Amino acid sequence: MNENVLAKLKVLAESAKYDVSCSSSGTVRRNQSGTLGNTVGGWGICHSFAEDGRCISLLKIMLTNYCIYDCAYCINRRSNDIPRATLSVSELVNLTIEFYRRNYIEGLFLSSGVVRNPDYTMERLVKVAKDLRLIHQFNGYIHLKSIPGASRELVNEAGLYADRLSVNIEIPKEENLKLLAPEKDHQSVYQPMRYIQQGVLTNKEDRKKFRHVPRFVPAGQSTQMIVGATAESDKDILYLSSSLYRHPTMKRVYYSGYISVNTYDKRLPTLKQPPLVRENRLYQADWLLRFYQFKVEEIVDDSYLDLDLEIDPKLSWALRHPELFPIDINRAEYEMILRIPGIGVKSARQIVASRRYSRLGFYELKKIGVVMKKAQYFITCNELPTRTVNELTPAGVRKMLAPKPKKKTDERQLIFHFSDDQ
Amino acid sequence: MTLFIYDHTFEGLLTCVFDAYFRKTFPSQLLTEGEPLPLFYDEIVRIATDEKKARRVWRGLGKKISKHALSSLIYCWLSELPQVDEMLFRYIRKAIDATRSIETNFADPDVLGLSKIYKKVDGERIHLMQFVRFQKAIDGTFFAAVEPQFNALPLAIDHFTDRFADQRWLIYDIKRQYGYYYDLKETEEVTFEDPHQAHLVTGMLNESLMDHDEKLFQTLWKTYFKSICIKERLNSKKHKQDMPVRYWKYLTEKQ
Repeated sequence: MNENVLAKLKVLAESAKYDVSCSSSGTVRRNQSGTLGNTVGGWGICHSFAEDGRCISLLKIMLTNYCIYDCAYCINRRSNDIPRATLSVSELVNLTIEFYRRNYIEGLFLSSGVVRNPDYTMERLVKVAKDLRLIHQFNGYIHLKSIPGASRELVNEAGLYADRLSVNIEIPKEENLKLLAPEKDHQSVYQPMRYIQQGVLTNKEDRKKFRHVPRFVPAGQSTQMIVGATAESDKDILYLSSSLYRHPTMKRVYYSGYISVNTYDKRLPTLKQPPLVRENRLYQADWLLRFYQFKVEEIVDDSYLDLDLEIDPKLSWALRHPELFPIDINRAEYEMILRIPGIGVKSARQIVASRRYSRLGFYELKKIGVVMKKAQYFITCNELPTRTVNELTPAGVRKMLAPKPKKKTDERQLIFHFSDDQ
Repeated sequence: MTLFIYDHTFEGLLTCVFDAYFRKTFPSQLLTEGEPLPLFYDEIVRIATDEKKARRVWRGLGKKISKHALSSLIYCWLSELPQVDEMLFRYIRKAIDATRSIETNFADPDVLGLSKIYKKVDGERIHLMQFVRFQKAIDGTFFAAVEPQFNALPLAIDHFTDRFADQRWLIYDIKRQYGYYYDLKETEEVTFEDPHQAHLVTGMLNESLMDHDEKLFQTLWKTYFKSICIKERLNSKKHKQDMPVRYWKYLTEKQ
């Protein structure tokens, strides 16, 4: 460990930062007595937050940022003139352990540029995980990136040491991927995903028969899509996510608003700001899919290709279906209460639990944490009837809830117009 | 109006409950010795803390509410908020009097209030798990200073004992002047005879007390913290929301 590592760490962290995933959830691993680390499961622990507001849970780093590919959206593409560096396996292992001991991180998220060929690169990633687990008895979280095109044997070996594996789809439609990254195709992404899934399912069967079979990728897999670099609509993106979530091992799909890193490339749009609002709406829709029992057809369809940027997808769904409202808080079933804008999973559970004792009114709902500003138009409760979405019309409710444009001038200020042409 | 005066311990509070039922008078205020009395009152009762009575109340309560609700009462007690004892007293009384468990009745102000306090204390416990930063001392002990809003350190200790099982560590609460030390076998509560040593006041180890690599790893972590941020997405509001400024004092990356 010396100053040399410092320079490498800087370069490789800069290269890795565009990967969104950071979660350390999904595995519970107790400490085996006298060794280092555990994994808490549940939501995972975020140890720090960078100034862009993203959490730092894992040491997110690349083994090397040299790459043989030339993908237009990637900062590490072959034709970019950026500082390059490679960490040795022992340096990286040492760094991870020492950071972990100081409670800086939950574990390691290791990715890499492709050098020589996918298998060679994958082998070195696996080596790091193996050293951490077997030589240093490290029980913390390990998230490995599976290199597209890596062989089945290597993916299977990686699965023995990693908690989570991920392969990034990056571009939802194959023709667009071909355009931006001619050397890649969807086949090379879906193949490792299939390997991981088959590995997990086989392992599940084996563990039923023999108790001590080591776990295989216990936290499942995740993937990432870039939003705004190509012309896909939100419908394309969400349909793909929802079909991915149908696979039993796919835990998360991340959306990454495209940041113009290679502005000189004419195949890419030039954006002043990454599409942060659109990214946020996609995450909200993703949550509706995973936690609110929505079907993807209900969120987007052929007549409604893109999500509304002004209001959230749940409110937007509710405004398209005023016939289902108002919903009676004191009688409706949990699934319907979940669908009321302004009520989240926690509030819905609390409502269902509390209404067994007494009927709930506005005051109680507000105390429970319901956003009454939104919910009031969609519910009836133990109060006198109020004006709901049916009386006010969806357009009227929308007008009240959509963010007001900021006024540029102060209207209280008296302004005289002195112009020369009069 | 009856006042109970007790020693402001959790056992004391449970004894208050016992004595109130025994006397069939319930206090409208709980006070500690030395606190100013209100202008008007009828009766003052001094409660002597009794381990036996406390245990009986606790056992009886266990039959009325779930284990989780029981432990959440201890969380609320550790919040050290003013008047949380009166809230707990009312909650326990309601729980004892009710025919079925009241713990999910969030329309009740005490149940909801305590569940909110529980969330806050639990949040503080999680913040401790997130934001404790160890510094390696020259003798190989890992030292961390904290200053939690609520007294949540005892709640987080099991986590640290499980996680850092092969290193000696000390986590010290500067505000309350006590800490926990793990000696590779078990964790025990410690206080220092001289709480005015520099690192127990500032929370930072002096360079002469640091392990020779410690400075390097701190620099590495700071460099990493800076490099991982995407400049195009700066969002200092969310940064401060998720990592409140009150923790920055002891965060290596924020020095």
